[in-house]
Amino acid sequence: MYKFHSGEELIKLAKQHKIPISEVVIRYETANSTRNRSQVIEKMYKRLEYMDKAIQDGLKNKKPSASGMSGESTYKLLKIMKNKKKKMLLNDLTLKAMTYALATVENNATMGCIVASPTAGASGVIPGVLFAVKEYLKLSKEELLKGIFVTSGVGLIIAENATLAGAEGGCQAEIGSATAMAAAGITEMRGGQPDDCLNAAALALKNLLGLTCDPIGGMVEVPCVKRNALAAVYSIAASDMTMVGIESFVPFDEVVEAMSNIGKLISPKLRETALGGLAVTDTGKKLNKKLGLKIKSND
Amino acid sequence: MSAYSIFDITGPVMVGPSSSHTAGAVKIGQIARALFNKTPKKVTFYLHGSFATVYKGHSTDKALLGGIMKFTTKDPRIKEAFRIAKQKKIKYSFKEIDLGIHYHPNSVKIVLEAGKHKMSVIGSSIGGGNITINKIDEFEVNIKGVAGKYFTLIISHKNIPGILATITSEIAKTKINIANIQNTRLSAGGKALTIIALDGKMTLKQVQQLQDSDPNIDFVRALTKLN
Repeated sequence: MYKFHSGEELIKLAKQHKIPISEVVIRYETANSTRNRSQVIEKMYKRLEYMDKAIQDGLKNKKPSASGMSGESTYKLLKIMKNKKKKMLLNDLTLKAMTYALATVENNATMGCIVASPTAGASGVIPGVLFAVKEYLKLSKEELLKGIFVTSGVGLIIAENATLAGAEGGCQAEIGSATAMAAAGITEMRGGQPDDCLNAAALALKNLLGLTCDPIGGMVEVPCVKRNALAAVYSIAASDMTMVGIESFVPFDEVVEAMSNIGKLISPKLRETALGGLAVTDTGKKLNKKLGLKIKSND
Repeated sequence: MSAYSIFDITGPVMVGPSSSHTAGAVKIGQIARALFNKTPKKVTFYLHGSFATVYKGHSTDKALLGGIMKFTTKDPRIKEAFRIAKQKKIKYSFKEIDLGIHYHPNSVKIVLEAGKHKMSVIGSSIGGGNITINKIDEFEVNIKGVAGKYFTLIISHKNIPGILATITSEIAKTKINIANIQNTRLSAGGKALTIIALDGKMTLKQVQQLQDSDPNIDFVRALTKLN
């Protein structure tokens, strides 16, 4: 049986059967659903197609969102990537991952179609990082597919042992999880072992513990959109750190447990209610007024 | 916790921006439309809590209206819902309401009308695109997990002796297993509502046969798996 409820169990299965994490996840889904192996793979390819389309649609989009808070960042990054004379500090891969991540979330903010992975607000990190790494390392679509099965498996463990919802755990549960999932996914894609994948996930998630969900106007835009781009950079960094042998002192499963604990300690005002943090800054309040939003605290 | 599918993690495919304020709202609209069972001429949405405060930014309004027109969560026409509703000559309006503290912050009361037919449905979007239906007309109900797990029958009927036996024996003929039954009545001998979750899917013909099996059954609605 290919059931796993923790990172430890996932690695154990991979080692026991001498298969990568992606293969454990494919066998898990096949055993636990009504779909056979080829249907599972076909459905995941379909999800990848939707992700690709969201990126492509987002890259074409130059219009701001209805609120005016987001919508032009993708275009700016794309322009700079094409202009080879302008020297950037990040490398091409990282800039591309940020661009793709932004394209996806800006597409989401303008009512485009996206794949919630794991949520709509954090939907940019995984496609951004995985598609950019695929192109940068010139990998096949089969390798990309492996990456997305790894991200799904890691997300599954977080969903079971903590949460993926900002309303429950703050943004660490959304962007934090997406960053960890993406880090693990690209680590297998670049040839890392199962241990490496979860080490990268641990490093990435640990870095974003305590992140609150305080979006302006309660909308999935500020800080969500740009945070997806910055989180994409963390994913790549966590994978690079892993591949040079830097280990997370706290193992993945314990980081997930810590994330769950912290989520319960975060005030409800900082869990998707728009009652604290960035949402109540002067800028946040001005936006509420401009859009006629009546967000009231109960106390 | 029960086993998730990896497609719950990498998914759903949806029109943004929010799984609870957009995708969930589409699903509530879809269910209200399925319960009404005809294209409404007029729809009024009463928005409660967070739905009332942030609905514009999340296009909850377009999502609800899109659901009423049977759009799925990934239908790009959601963006054009107002224009399409006008084309279809569906009158719509959005109002704010306080349904009380018992309702989830993301709740809406939808009133659908077509000629003399009128129905009201209250639903809540509880996170990640999951929803519950809490009230149908004057009946308190609790329909969860319609978004995937079960094929659900909503049966409006008179509260008289033997009626439940008629319904369940009619279902027994289809050899489909009953997963769960909820029954609520307004008064003895008066109106009652029964909700039955099934492990398998009934055909349209079987649903019609159930509806015709007893004159004391007003209507049967079938809610299929939503996406």
